[in-house]
Parts: sequence; structure tokens; C-alpha cells
Amino acid sequence: MGSNMAEAHPVAFPNVVEAKERGAKVIHIDPHFSRTSALANLYVPIRAGSDIVFLGAIIRHLLENNGYFHDYVVHYTNAATLVREDYRDTEDLDGLFSGYDPATESYADQSSWDYQRDADGRPVTDPTLQHPQCVFQIMRRHYARYTPEMVEQVCGVPREQWMQVAQTLIENSGRERTSALCYAVGWTQQSKGVQIIRAGAIMQLLLGNIGRPGGGVMALRGHASIQGSTDVPTLYELLSGYMPQPSALLPQQTLADYIATSGQKTGWWSNFPAYIRSLLKAWYGEAADEEEGNTSYRWLPKNIGDHSHLATSYEMLDGKVRGYFLFGQNPAAGSTHSTMQREALKQLDWMVVLDLYETESAAFWHRGPVPHTDAVDPSKIKTEVFLLPAAASTEKEGSFTNTQRLIQWRDKAVDPPGDARSDLWFVYHLGKRLKELYADSKEPRDRGLQALTWEYELEEPEPGSRILDEPDAQLVLKEINGYYVYPQDQTEMGTGKAHAYTLREAPHVPGFAVLKADGSTACGSWIYSGVYPEPGNNRAASRNGEGYTFLQWGYAWPANRRILYNRASADPQGRPWSERKKYIWWDEEQKKWTGFDIPDFPLNKPPDYMPPPGATGMDAISGSDPFIMKPDGKGWLFVPTGLKDGPLPTHYEAAESPVHNALYHQQSNPAAKYYRDRPDNRLAAVGDEHYPIVVTTYRLTEHHVSGQMTRWMPWLNALQPALFAELSPELAAERGIKHGGWMVISSPRGEIEARAMVTRRMRPLRIDGHVVHQIGLPFHWGYQGKIKGSITNDLTHMVLEPNVSIEEAKAFTCNVRPGRLP
Amino acid sequence: MEERILLPVVVQSAVSQVMEIGSRVQPFSVESRDKAPRIRDAQLFHSVCPYCAVGCSLNVYVKDGKVIDIEGNPDSPINHGKLCPKGSATFQYTVNPSRMRQVLYRAPYSDHWELKSLDWAMEQIVQRVKKTRDETFVERLPDGREVNHTLGIACLGGATLDIEENYLMKKLFGGGLGMLSIENQARV
Repeated sequence: MGSNMAEAHPVAFPNVVEAKERGAKVIHIDPHFSRTSALANLYVPIRAGSDIVFLGAIIRHLLENNGYFHDYVVHYTNAATLVREDYRDTEDLDGLFSGYDPATESYADQSSWDYQRDADGRPVTDPTLQHPQCVFQIMRRHYARYTPEMVEQVCGVPREQWMQVAQTLIENSGRERTSALCYAVGWTQQSKGVQIIRAGAIMQLLLGNIGRPGGGVMALRGHASIQGSTDVPTLYELLSGYMPQPSALLPQQTLADYIATSGQKTGWWSNFPAYIRSLLKAWYGEAADEEEGNTSYRWLPKNIGDHSHLATSYEMLDGKVRGYFLFGQNPAAGSTHSTMQREALKQLDWMVVLDLYETESAAFWHRGPVPHTDAVDPSKIKTEVFLLPAAASTEKEGSFTNTQRLIQWRDKAVDPPGDARSDLWFVYHLGKRLKELYADSKEPRDRGLQALTWEYELEEPEPGSRILDEPDAQLVLKEINGYYVYPQDQTEMGTGKAHAYTLREAPHVPGFAVLKADGSTACGSWIYSGVYPEPGNNRAASRNGEGYTFLQWGYAWPANRRILYNRASADPQGRPWSERKKYIWWDEEQKKWTGFDIPDFPLNKPPDYMPPPGATGMDAISGSDPFIMKPDGKGWLFVPTGLKDGPLPTHYEAAESPVHNALYHQQSNPAAKYYRDRPDNRLAAVGDEHYPIVVTTYRLTEHHVSGQMTRWMPWLNALQPALFAELSPELAAERGIKHGGWMVISSPRGEIEARAMVTRRMRPLRIDGHVVHQIGLPFHWGYQGKIKGSITNDLTHMVLEPNVSIEEAKAFTCNVRPGRLP
Repeated sequence: MEERILLPVVVQSAVSQVMEIGSRVQPFSVESRDKAPRIRDAQLFHSVCPYCAVGCSLNVYVKDGKVIDIEGNPDSPINHGKLCPKGSATFQYTVNPSRMRQVLYRAPYSDHWELKSLDWAMEQIVQRVKKTRDETFVERLPDGREVNHTLGIACLGGATLDIEENYLMKKLFGGGLGMLSIENQARV
């Protein structure tokens, strides 16, 4: 669901096809019949934006018909945990949970979502699942109206077809079998994207499909290292390894307060202090020892709101952002509401672009969207632009992390051409020059930059390369992996201040288990610790593809585990659920966990271990609690804390929808960010007759995102030369649009033109008695490159999902007419 | 068939000799025989496809300092040597006449690019960063809360870059300069 795997992840899909040939059943649920649908056993067309009704009905079906995996659910999830008595559900409040504040359009008070706790602070449970406040019973009430009839009415899916999906899942889950769920941005790019994924995860937990071979919820991510740039983040709200960026909106003014509000007392996150101290040590060296880390902690910038890319573009439009770096990204065509994005670029004082080509974003000051590409007047645009040529991935060494958390190293094959350089070169030399420029400053605000450790020179220039000042990527990887700061036979105490190693001479740490909160270890990203455990052993570069789980091919964080939470592949007593699905189990003779993967559990903790009262850290996690990152060790069906739009997935219509919400008066996600005060961000009203058609966007195999890399390549351009829109013969006939002819697509934000692809791949759906048409649009075109076309993102709006600030490009409304733009 | 049997013995012998020779000779000319796959004797470098997140392994072949071919790595348990159209075309992504080779600069209100040296550009960029940072840096909010940040400079990109590059970006821009809006495609 939410993925066209055959088209967007084409080389992963043969694995699915191979499984099908061995008897697996493949189901594709998507608004648009695609290459994936063509190879599925069952294709189910669905209205874009209605996923939670479809999934919620499956959840209800599992709960009401004993379709769930009882032993797994009772022992491994929080189904039995009791929620506070003052919790109110969307059934009680017509689409809202308790704690909602209409003034701020947010759940300002989430305390009622918490567990009931005993005097020790431990959650209260009812393993019989009968207590009315237990998660199991709350879910039964929450999903009571997500019926097959509702699926038919809201999703446009006949109930028999929906039932076929539910039955297939039940038949292929349990002790002997598992089912996998794949999704991609068809789910994430919605104003309730996180909750759709949650609904998928709840379904998989109820079916016992998490932490087991052949199961899981697989996010099919879209860029070579999009996973890596989330783990070692270039994201505003995160530090490395999923530690939060400190915020001034929380009591986080000191390191101690930050740890108290971000770490956890029980479960694996109780190691939080070791990870943040090691990060500060890696960044600030000796200065990270001052006030036991607090001085350097204070240098970290504190958030005061949403500083995401999309929220920042409005700040840019308002003139609050003056300088901008773009590294291989193209907001002028690739980001939502790209007309606004281009206007925002015009408000900058300066911009630095590092890319392979002159992208739409680099050229915004002298070119504009087709068909009138010359209708931009440079004499009115102040922005100073530096366009630097970048090295290609074959022209530098370094690592990518793929969608399954696998870190893979790349060799450098050749030098980049001319003045093109790696982004590593650029950032390293920018930092070096800035440190020189600030070297004599006495300002406290500059101390962080002055203290920043920044020694990454290659020991000797690479033989045969004409670039003599390229930094050493392996040395950076070593810092990410972590190292011992002092000789192991010395301690700070006793001998006085021990001699601290330089990054180059320091011994590598073997993994995150040895990281300390006392400043004796440095580590750039704890979850990557172990990737480079000793000199000469860069495990990201290991390339032995043998074995059942390929443990010697690349390195999967954390600790080279291929399946997370794999303790759940064994029953509470530690025995495999079945011989057929054997993966990790307790070896009673050796008193340890063993199996085909690296166990995701303390190696020697027996299955019958029960925490003593008052236990903290990992001691508080019992031997049968697989979800060790959670403070209660359980898989969370109900999320008591951490989400901004509710503890249970709830159906809301997209921000733009042809229909009213059939379940609640609350029409769309009450916590989403709508930017209603922005005149350029006009939304079509519910059922607006001027914009009656649902539109969804997607990728084609032959191009990549906004085409900034691929539309310069004749081979690929020959395969996919022009933007087209897919529409049904019924809609085409209604509007007089001819196959192969031109058509104009309009939304309240703008208009674009495309070739018409009239095809049965798009089917009109019956929604609540009315026919709803959907069209599909790829988004790979722009005004640069060797082939040009309209920018699909000129149609999309800025409504952001509340948890992660992602736009809603997968379900919005439009209108169509024959012809071209004037 | 019968006629052949009736051939004189000498002739029969000659025919069989020719056939024997013929069976030994391959149907190639000397030129064809001397030809070899172009990747023979090329240097092999291991790489990973730069597009989607599946992580297909690439074999990059280099001769005389130039990339001559890129193919899928058959040893990889991820792609078993297979590549999609984009992956198969990575040669043209690397070796492409449209790629930029020099720094271009556009002055405010100007209608054209100017060619500049890399060193000049680096120095100019450093000056811009310092000026903007110093003018927009906030140490404390009016109510006294410490924030030590600048909202005046933003950075976008990272999902197409290396882990090591992302690491240094966050370290310098966030940890060194106090920038907050350091973002990438994970949100788009």
C-alpha cells in the first residue's frame, strides 16, 4: 500500500516476484494501476487519502473475529495495559482526542493518554484483556464503526474485495506464516501520514508479524542515503542516532534537564547520557569536559518552533532567511508548492548551490516554468548565487545507508572533473576557513565553533589524484563509529589529566556498548558504532554475499542486526514460534540467545527473567519483552506519549477532498499545519465543484524526483520524454480530452500542462453514491535539462503533517480541461 | 549420399582433411579473435547506485583514469547484478558533457553568470556566512531562555550525499555555527 515498488524500487521488486513464484500472495492496494499491480495476485483500487479506513476495518476485523495472534499480542504488545480513566476517544469527542486546544490547533495536554501506573511507576495491566480501560478494549471501541460498509462508502472498495485482503492476511500470519507490509511516500506524503503508518504497524503487531522473518513494516525510501541522512541527520529536530535537537520550548536549558526530558529510566534509552556525552566529545573535544559536558551542551542551538525545510520556506519568503545552502536538492521544482519556493529564493541575500548541473533552483533568477521560460526579469532579483560543481558518487569515497539500514561503502573510481569537488571537501574547507576567520574572537557565541574538532586531512594525498587537499572520509567514519579518548590503562582520576588521543591515533571503540557518560569516549552517532571497529576493518566495505541473512555484506545498524526486535521471533519461553519461522531463540545449554541473526536482546538474559521492584535501565525489561527501545518493552498498539495527533490512528479526510468525513464532524487532521493565513496557499473547499477531481502524484522508473540528475541524460530522456497525466476513458470522454493530446490541470495554487494518457489504469470510484474521478501525475519535469515540461509541484499546497512536517502531495484536488496553457 | 561414397579414395581423403581442419578453425577473423571485452584489464571499483534507496551494488570500470563502463555487481545479495534503467544509465550520469566543471557566480540583479575560481568562491562564501551569522545570531530570547542559534541561514540537502558528508554538515552548521534549519529530502 502507498507504494509502486515495481516502478519506484524496481530492483527490489524481483524479490517479491520470486516469493510469488514460490507461492506467496502479493496484494497491491493503490489508486493507480501500475507495474506493481500488474504482477500482483490481487489489485485493489482505492481512493487516495482513505487508507486508515481500509486498515482500521482490518484492525476491527482482527479484534472482533479472533483474527489476531493471541499469544504474541498478550505478551509482546501493550494490548493489556490500562490507559488513564480521563482518556477520551474520538468516539466520545466526534473526531478529537482528549487534550485538544482549539486555540493552538494542537494537543497541548497529552497527559490523559498515559498508562495507569502503580506506586512504582510501572504500567498496570490486565492480561485477560477484559478491563474496559485496557488498550485492547479501547481499540475495540475506537474502531467499532470502521466496518466493511464504511470501507465501501469511504474508500470506494467493494466489501468482498476488502474481505479478500483481510482473509489473506489472517491466513498468512501466525506461528507458521508471516506477512510483510511495504509502503512508501504514498503513505508518508499525507496530512496524516504518520498515523497511516501506525495503522499498518498495529495491523502487523496484531498479526504477530514484527521481529520475525518474512514480516515487518518496510519503508521503501527514495534516495540513496535518505536513511543515512536521518540516522546521521541533516534534520532540524534530531541529533545523531535519534536523540532530539534541544528545544527552548521544553525545559532543556541544561544538559541534565535535556537528559531528564529526552532519555528514559527504563529500557535501552537509559543509555542516553552515554550517547549524548560521547557526541559532545566527538564535536567539541576537550571543551566537552567543562562542567561535565554542560558548557558544550549550551552551545548547541535550541529550537523555538518548526524549522523544517517547508516551514522555513515561508520564513524565507518573509525575508527572515538571508543565506541558503543547497546540496543536491532542488526545491524550485521538487518541493511542494514550488511556485512559492521560487518566490522565496528571490528574497535571499545569497545562495550557494552544489550540484552536477545548473538545476531549476540554481537558474530561478533567469528562467521560469514552461511554456514562458523567459518571463523572469533578473534585474528585479537581488539574490547572489554561487553555483559550485559537485563530484558524482563515483568520484568520491564514502558510504550510503539503504532502506534496510544497510551501510555500504563506495570506492572512489576517478577524480571529479575540473573544479568539481566532493561535498565533503566543500564542508571541510568551509569549516576550516570559518575557524580561521573566527580564531581571534572573544565572543562567547563563537566558542563552539572555535572548539569544534576539525582535523580530517588525509595523511598523504591520494596517489594519482590531482586534488591534494581532499579530506579523509574514513577518518570521518571513524569519528562516527567512535573512539577511546584516553589510553585504556590510564584514567583521568589518579594520574591526573591523562594524555588525550588525537582522532587519528585513538583506538576505535568496538561498538556502542562501551560508550560512557564520563567523557572518556567520543562517538558521532551511537547507532553506527561498530561499523568501523578497528583499523583496516571498515565493515561497510565488507562484500561477502554468502549465508541466509548476508551478515557479511555491508553493515546494518545497530550492531549489524538485519531484523529489529528479533527476540519476538521466539515465543515468551524463548522457543521458535515454529520450526518453519525459526530465527532467534534461547539456547538453554549455553544460556544465551542465538540464531541466524545478531539477537536484538541482552545476550544472556533468560526468557523467564522478571525485573525486581524498582529496577531501572535494561534491568527493568523482562526476559519476554522484545521491544527494548520502549520503556515498557512492549510493541505499542496505543501510543501513550510522543505523537502530536493522537494515540490511535483515526480517519481524517485530506486537506482537500471531494467528500465530507463520513466518520466524524472533524473533517481533516486537527493538528496539521494549514498555513490558512497565506494567500498563496488557498485550499479547495470540501466538494468544491471547481476542483472535483482527486489527484495523486508518483515516480516513474526512468527519472529521479524532480529530474535534476536524470533529465540531462539522453538515454533516459528517450525512454520518458514528456510529462503526462493518466486519466480514465470516462473522465476523458466527459471533458473531451484525447489520448496523446494536451490537457491543462489546475488547482487553486496554479496550472500546468501535460500530455493526456487515457488509460484504464485509472478507474472512477463510487464514493458514497457519487462517482469520483482520480488522475495520476508524475513529477519529474522542470525548465532545465535536455527535456522540459511543467512542474507538477506548482499544483500542490503547503499543509504539513504535525509530527514530521511532510507535505500532502499524494491526495489533493484539481480540475482538468483539454488544450494547452495560454 | 551414394554419389559421395563413390568418390575416389584420394578425393575422399582430401575432403575429410578439409573437414577436419574446418572443425578446428573457429569462425572468427584474426581481428575478431583478438578483440576482448572492453572491461578486460580495466580497474574495478565498487560503488552503489546513487538513485533510490534499494542500494544496488555497481562495478565501475576504469581505464586510463576514465570511467569506461558501469554494471551491476553480480555478487551483491541485493541486486544480483541487475539494474533498472536509471541504474543502467549511471555511466551517462558520471560521464556527461552537460556537467558543470567550473564555478559560476551571479551578482545581485545581474542577468548573466560569471566564471570564477574555486578559491575566490570559497572566500566570498565564508565572508557571507560570517556576516549573516553575526547579524542574525540570537543568544537569548527576550524572556531570558538561552537559544544560541541563527535562523538567518538555512541548509537543504543530504539524502543524495554520503553519511560522512551529512555528519560534517550537521557538525559545522549546527554544532559550530548554530544554524537550525539543516534539512534534507527525508521531508519532501
